Formats: sequence, structure tokens, C-alpha cells
Amino acid sequence: MARAVSRNTRIGWTIAAWFVALLIFFPILYAIITSFKTEQEAIAGFDLIPSFTLDSYREVQSQYNYFRPFMNSVVIAVGSTVLALIVAIPAAWAMAFSPTKRTKDILMWMLSTKMMPAVAVLVPIYLIFLRTGMLDTRTGLVIVLMLMNLPIVVWMLYTYFREIPGEILEAARMDGATLGQEIVHVLAPMAVPGIASTLLLNIILAWNEAFWTIQLTTTNAAPLSAFIASFSSPQGLFWAKLSAASTLAIAPILIMGWFSQKQLVRGLTFGAVK
Amino acid sequence: MATRQTQSLARLMRAPAIILLLIWMIVPLAMTLYYSFLNYNLLNPANTSWARFFNYQYFYTDPAFWASIWNTLVLVLGVLSITVIGGIGIAMLIDKPIFGQGIVRILVISPFFVMPPVAALIWKNMIMHPSYGVFADLAKFLGMQPVDWFAQYPLFSIILIVAWQWLPFATLILLTALQSLDGEQMEAAEMDGAPAVQRFIHLTLPHMARAITVVILIQTIFLLGVYAEILVTTNGGPGNASTNLTFLIYRAARLNFDIGGAAAGGIIAVVLANIVAIFLMRAVGKNLD
Amino acid sequence: MGSITLKNVRKAFGEVEVIPGVDLEINDGEFVVFVGPSGCGKSTLLRLIAGLEDVTGGQIQIDGKDVTDAGPAKRGLAMVFQSYALYPHMSVRKNIAFPLKMAKMSEAEQEKRVSHAAKILNLDSYLDRKPGQLSGGQRQRVAIGRAIVREPSAFLFDEPLSNLDAALRVNMRVEISELHNNLKTTMIYVTHDQVEAMTMADKIVVLRAGNVEQVGSPMELYAKPRNRFVGGFIGSPNMNFLEGAAAAAHGAHAIGVRPEHWQLSTTEGAFPGKVGVAEHLGSDTFLHIQLNDGTPIIARAEGEFPVHHGDNIWLTPQDGRVYKFDKQGLAL
Repeated sequence: MARAVSRNTRIGWTIAAWFVALLIFFPILYAIITSFKTEQEAIAGFDLIPSFTLDSYREVQSQYNYFRPFMNSVVIAVGSTVLALIVAIPAAWAMAFSPTKRTKDILMWMLSTKMMPAVAVLVPIYLIFLRTGMLDTRTGLVIVLMLMNLPIVVWMLYTYFREIPGEILEAARMDGATLGQEIVHVLAPMAVPGIASTLLLNIILAWNEAFWTIQLTTTNAAPLSAFIASFSSPQGLFWAKLSAASTLAIAPILIMGWFSQKQLVRGLTFGAVK
Repeated sequence: MATRQTQSLARLMRAPAIILLLIWMIVPLAMTLYYSFLNYNLLNPANTSWARFFNYQYFYTDPAFWASIWNTLVLVLGVLSITVIGGIGIAMLIDKPIFGQGIVRILVISPFFVMPPVAALIWKNMIMHPSYGVFADLAKFLGMQPVDWFAQYPLFSIILIVAWQWLPFATLILLTALQSLDGEQMEAAEMDGAPAVQRFIHLTLPHMARAITVVILIQTIFLLGVYAEILVTTNGGPGNASTNLTFLIYRAARLNFDIGGAAAGGIIAVVLANIVAIFLMRAVGKNLD
Repeated sequence: MGSITLKNVRKAFGEVEVIPGVDLEINDGEFVVFVGPSGCGKSTLLRLIAGLEDVTGGQIQIDGKDVTDAGPAKRGLAMVFQSYALYPHMSVRKNIAFPLKMAKMSEAEQEKRVSHAAKILNLDSYLDRKPGQLSGGQRQRVAIGRAIVREPSAFLFDEPLSNLDAALRVNMRVEISELHNNLKTTMIYVTHDQVEAMTMADKIVVLRAGNVEQVGSPMELYAKPRNRFVGGFIGSPNMNFLEGAAAAAHGAHAIGVRPEHWQLSTTEGAFPGKVGVAEHLGSDTFLHIQLNDGTPIIARAEGEFPVHHGDNIWLTPQDGRVYKFDKQGLAL
């Protein structure tokens, strides 16, 4: 709304908004600050100025081999998302550009699989993993997270593809483009932004998943979510180190998240709010 | 153009996704249903036998089950009321002409990107710890006795953490809805002499009704499955004070190795989730065309 | 060359028959307008000619060659879409050159044709912009440019002006007419606006519910509408219809009189009435009149006609300007 407001009102709203925003952001900020403290400082009472030591980061790596869960997270999040995209792109494409009477039903059904509580299939999935030796393997987690996020991926892609107007495809056909040329020159460039946002959001979701990762891994394949959950008792990891591990775990995803704000709304509401 | 050739190609393109999801949905669910009628304990697999409805009966008579249902309900409703009311307030605040709106937005949505174990551990150790947390520091500063949050108010503590994680989601979606509100409509109402409160009740709220519904339904789906936050903070205790249905089933399956019981609990969870899902699907389905 | 012949062309979507069977002859160099109310099948007919829809039955010939089963690219036609359908990720230059690139034309020839088209359409200074940075009228020109460079045997326009504002629409109308005068290529133009049809067409095809109601030059349709529908559709404001005694006096079920064919008088005439709204434009005066039997009539007087709201007025149809229709609506 481009309405003129007095400067004072604006400053008032600004102060209120910033206060609320900083309050909400505070726990994250405090964890980041604590990660630069020594362990003594970390429990010495409220203090926003750390001594800026990197010891905690060093020790997280040397004592707990932080790099392993980090790489597990990367492999599992990226792997499951890319796999899901490979399956979902053709499906969403077909549903967007050659819809049938049942397309809507199929989409709703896909959505309904997302409503199934994970815990309801904990028993069979755990037993299957136990018997096939997939427990604590990256492959196993990649498969489960891929299936879990597949409905969201199909839905997001579908809503993006549907925004490509049909007349553009017809124009390309009139202009003499073959199906291949149509895809390379017209469709792909228009679909890439949607695919990229879908990729981004689903990496975030897979990275932060904390039910299956905890249930299906112990050490070898444990990604960051399971790794950090294993430090739930304070004697396991002191606070500065916990903060360092946490900061490293959330920083990449936080930055990706900031870039995908808009897509977040669309992706998580299945296009119901844009 | 819907020629026959493109139709069969389209079917081929859809098939993998549909088949995978079909398997993912039907096979484990059928297995869960099957196990729920068995006496099956992983510690004693030789003794497996038909249990008929014993597992369900057991749940029905177990006080821990009713406690977990109650806790689930309190958790979901508690988080929903905090996030929806807070979300509306914060969304309206951010929508005002403020300086640095972009940064405020980023700060506010950040908690959503923090993985649940990290969120819960930060709150548990650095904010709510009875001796070293910020709340304790604050209490000492004010000359009060620090509270041992997770011992005294376990469920409330978890609600607080989960609400912090979901407040950004509600805010972001409500803000999106708010920003599509027609400015001229608001000005027309102002010309008609409607005061701010009336404008909020009669224009803003109805405009956001759809977004609020979506927020409630989607969050409910996720909130029914809250798990990691409980695991790393209270571990469901003290007693069953912070055990929700998800956590109860997890305990039955993974700590008591009671496959039959956990499966029966899983089926109950499906029924619960489906009740919500029906409403959600309607809300989303309406928007398809 | 660009003569197009439709022989009993039919189109059904599932059970629904949209076009029950159309025969049409379009001569080389003609500007043909398909006009009719929305849902009359005019766009479908155009898309059948373009090859974007498969015909259910019948034959389409271009320059005597059967193209019924040929793909859209093979027909040598160019189309301008209602939404312009520009490729949003390509610059104006690339948009216009796209069909040439698809035809594997040399870069030099592409460049030559693009700059030629840009000159004709005043797009020189926008060639490196993306469609998103252009106004509606400019996008329209790019879409036309993309059609021109192919040197097609015929242009197809699907309601190309409906997304423009009124003033721009008048300009583009003139520009497209000029383009036709310069290129002398066959053009088929779909619109629901009968003013566009009247001002641009060599030949108008009036469609209703998939049927051709009448084919003819604008003046033929104006002077000799074949039925009541065409009479009411062509001409602005619409023809006035009278039934009952007034029609019986002319030996018809209904008579039609165009607004400009009334003799107006403040003292005497065939039909007495009262002036409702009077629109004084200086060049014309439009009067909304209610006859004493309640029939609403619109009449146009040239120049200023000094009556006002509530004045009594008498209307008389001009000699030989009464259209007579029978019970089925056919012209007598």
C-alpha cells in the first residue's frame, strides 16, 4: 500500500517490528554467539560478546568427526531430492500439459499419501530395513526421503508447469519447432526456474528431516539431524561445541531458505496460497 | 493438442511416480494393519500369534494411551493458537511501512529452517536450562527463582519450542495473504467510516480466512508427528507428561520391541490424521481449477 | 499464394459438436474476418485451419493442396495469438527470429528479415528487450513481427486486439489494415467485435453456434442481412426490431430498422414515443426512446438534434430501409 504515513508512525512501527523480529531470531543468534565462546564462557551467564575463539569448531571436528554426518546430510538431502525430481518431472509435465479427466484425482491422491503419519509405517519400514540390511545406510535414507517428498515435488512442479501458457507451445509449433526443439528452446528455459525452486525447497525439507533419520541410522549413515539429536544429554557435548555443531548444521540451509521464501509458501501449501 | 500419441507418452511419463507412491503407501500400511493383529515382540519372535483385537484393546485400557492422546491434542491446539494469533499479529506488523522490511522478514522466518533437534537443543540448553539458560539469567536478574521448565512444565516447554519453529510458517503464509488484500477496498471502508477494528474484523479477517484454514490444516498434519523435539528434551517424561501419540508408538516399537502394539497405535494415528486430511484435501482441491 | 478452401469441415470435442460442417472459400490476398458472439466456434475454426486442432471430418486445402493431416508447421501459415504468446526468456530479436531459426535459415538472412520487420513495425529500438519490458501494443507488434518474417501464405489472427485498451485498439486496427495493404497476403482474423469486422474485412464470415450464417462484404451484410441474427449483429448501435401490428403492416413477422434509418420529428410520424437519455455528441445525436407501447428504440440523428429527456418524439422509418423477417427470422 503506497499510502503516505507520517515519519513518526513509520519509525514507531519499525521499532516494534524489529523488536519482534530480533526476539524471534534471538535463539539462533545466541547459539551462533555461543559457538564462538569458550566452554567456561558458555555457562558463565548471559553475555552477547564472545571471545571469538574457533576452538569449538575445531574440537567438533577432531573429537566427533563432524565432517562425516555433514557429508551424509549432503548426500542424503541432495540425493533424495534429485531422485525425486527425476521421477517427478516427467509426471508433473504429463499432468500439466496432457491432463486427463483423472489428473486431478491423481494429484489429490498423491497429496493424501503425504498425510500419512510417518509413525504409522515405522514398524514395517524398520523391519524391512532390518531384514534387508539397509539400516544405517545412506541408500536406505535416500529412498525413504525421496518417497516421502515425492508428492510435494510433483505438486510444486505441476503448479509451475501449469503457469507456462499453452499458447506459447502452440506458437512454437506454428513457428515450425519439432517436439525436441520445443522442449529445448521454449519449455526448458521456462521450466528451469520452477525446477530450481523445487530443488531448493526439497533439499531444505530433506536436510531438516528428523524422524526417519533418527529411526533408521546409528553412526555410519547418520546425517546431522540424527548426529545432533544424539547429544541430547549435556554431558555428551558441551554447549559451545553444541552451538558450533548446530551453527554449522543450520547455516547452509538458513541461507538457502532465505532465498526460497516465496517458493516456501507455494510448496508447503500445495499451491493453495500463492 | 491431445492426439493419441501424446496421450500414451503422457501415461508413460506419469507411471513411475504413481507406481512408486502406490507401493510406498500400500505395502507398509498393509503390513502395519497385519502386524496390528499379531502378538509379535522382537525380543521373543518365536512366540508370535494371532492377537485379534487385543492390541487395540490394550491401547484402549492403557492410561498412557489416553494421556498421549490428550497430550497430542494439547500440543496441537496450543501450538496452533500461538502460531495463528501470533502469526496474524506479526504479519500485520511486517506489512506496515517499516524500514528494513526485507531483513525483518528474513529474521522472522529463520526458525523454520532450523532442524528440529537443533531447535530443541538450543532452547533446552541455552534458553530454558534451569541454571545456565537465558530465562534463568533473566529470573536471577529480576530476583526470582529460576524455573526448571522441562521438569515442571514439560508439555508447555515443548509447545513453546514447536510454536517457535512454526510461527514463521504461519507468519509467512498469512503475510502473503495479507499482501494480496486490495488497498482500495480498505480505503473504501475507511471512506464509509469503518474504524480500524471494524476493518480488521470485516475485511482483513475474512480475506485471510482461507490462508488461516490452510495454515491450521497443514500445521496440524505436521504437529501430529512431533517427535525429535520430545526425544531430545524430555524423552516423553516425566512419566508420560510429554508423551504424544507419535512418541508412544516410537517407544512401543523401538524401546519395548512390541511390534503388534506399535502397529495398532500406527493405525490409530492414521485414523486421526485422516480426519484432518479430509478437511485439508477439500481446501486444497477447491484451488485446483 | 494463399487461397484456402474448407470442405464440409467438422469438429467435435467428444460428444459435443462445435462445428457441424463448414464450407468456405478464401481467395488469395483477401482479408477475411470471422465474427460472432463468444462460443460461436470462430476460434476453433481458425485453429483447425492452423492445424492446432485435428478436424473430425472434412477437408482443408491450401492453394489446392490437401493439408488436412499436415502438422501446423507444414502449412506455411503464421498465427498471432490473443495473449501474443511471446517467448518470455528471449529478446524481441530472438522472438522474431525464432521461426527462421527453426527453418534453419542463415544468420545473415535472419538478421536481414528481422531488421526489415522491425522497421515496418517500429520496433528498432526495442530489439534487445525482453517481452516483459514491453507495453501491450509493443508486444502485439512483436507477435506480428514474428509472423511477418516467415513470409507465410496467410496470416491468422486470433482476437489480437482484445487485450489492448480502446485507443490502442483503434491504432492497431489501422496498422493491421495498412499491413494488409502493403503485404497483400491473405489474412484471417477472428474477433467478436463487429466494428473490427466492418472496418477491416474484405469478406466477413458471420458464425453462430458453429454454423456460417452469412458470408459477404461488409456492405453486403449491412444492406442485405440474410436473417435477423446477422441484421442484429452487424451495425452499431444494434438494429431495432418491431413485432406485432407494426410488422404486420409490412407483411412480415418482424421488421428491423437501423438507428440511422429513422426519420425523427417532434410533431408527427408513424410511432410516437418519449425521449429517455439523449446523447449529444455534436457530430451525431443518439436518442434512447421508449415507444408508447413500451418498445425501447435507439435512433441516431446526424449532427445536433435538439430534444431532451422527457420530450415527445415521433419516429418514421426511411423509405426502403425496412428489413423484413419471417417467423423463422429469415429475411423476406
